[in-house]
Amino acid sequence: MSVTVLYFASLRDAAGCASEQLPLPESLGALYATLADRHGFSLPASKLRVAVDGAFARWDSPLREGCEIAFIPPVSGG
Amino acid sequence: MSRFAISEVAFDLAPLREQLLGHEAGACASFEGRVRNHNEGQAVQGLFYESYRALAESEGEVILSEALRRFAITRAACVHRTGELALGDLAVWVGVSASHRGPAFDACRWIIDEVKTRVPIWKRERYLDRPGTWLHPEPSA
Repeated sequence: MSVTVLYFASLRDAAGCASEQLPLPESLGALYATLADRHGFSLPASKLRVAVDGAFARWDSPLREGCEIAFIPPVSGG
Repeated sequence: MSRFAISEVAFDLAPLREQLLGHEAGACASFEGRVRNHNEGQAVQGLFYESYRALAESEGEVILSEALRRFAITRAACVHRTGELALGDLAVWVGVSASHRGPAFDACRWIIDEVKTRVPIWKRERYLDRPGTWLHPEPSA
């Protein structure tokens, strides 16, 4: 009865781990708000993209048990 | 065939160039992004790159497919490093072949610009005298 959340870059440093198992949240926005509070994420959700099961998703995408969620901070490849 | 790749180790350019060549390709343009010793007025000692590999590779493939539709080009490929990189190291390579040079240059430029803004890869700068920082530029930057 849980989802996996992946963290990258500054979010991973702030969370202190690369991923964690959490109870199925109500929504992606609610989940990020909870995690930002718990881990002290300074990036607002408006600056992030979000991915579900390895594909970019909308913030209002439905979630299901066992899915993999990633919050994508602004990218800086190249 | 996978045309976009994430590489955790240094890679050879010769086989990447080779796969672009063909008798129809009168032009071959490439871009090399390398680690430089400064950014925004500050001395930089090196870079660490990480990616969300599955999504980076699929988004990279989407970009290359879009390039093949948008421009009159024959082939396109891109490889991006992850891990610790030293000054001067190759961080990203883009290669494009086409009948003519115009679309080859244009597509090469377009691909690197899209990779920098869309592919989930992040860099952390290393400094001499303080902890490194992750770069999270504004989307419009």
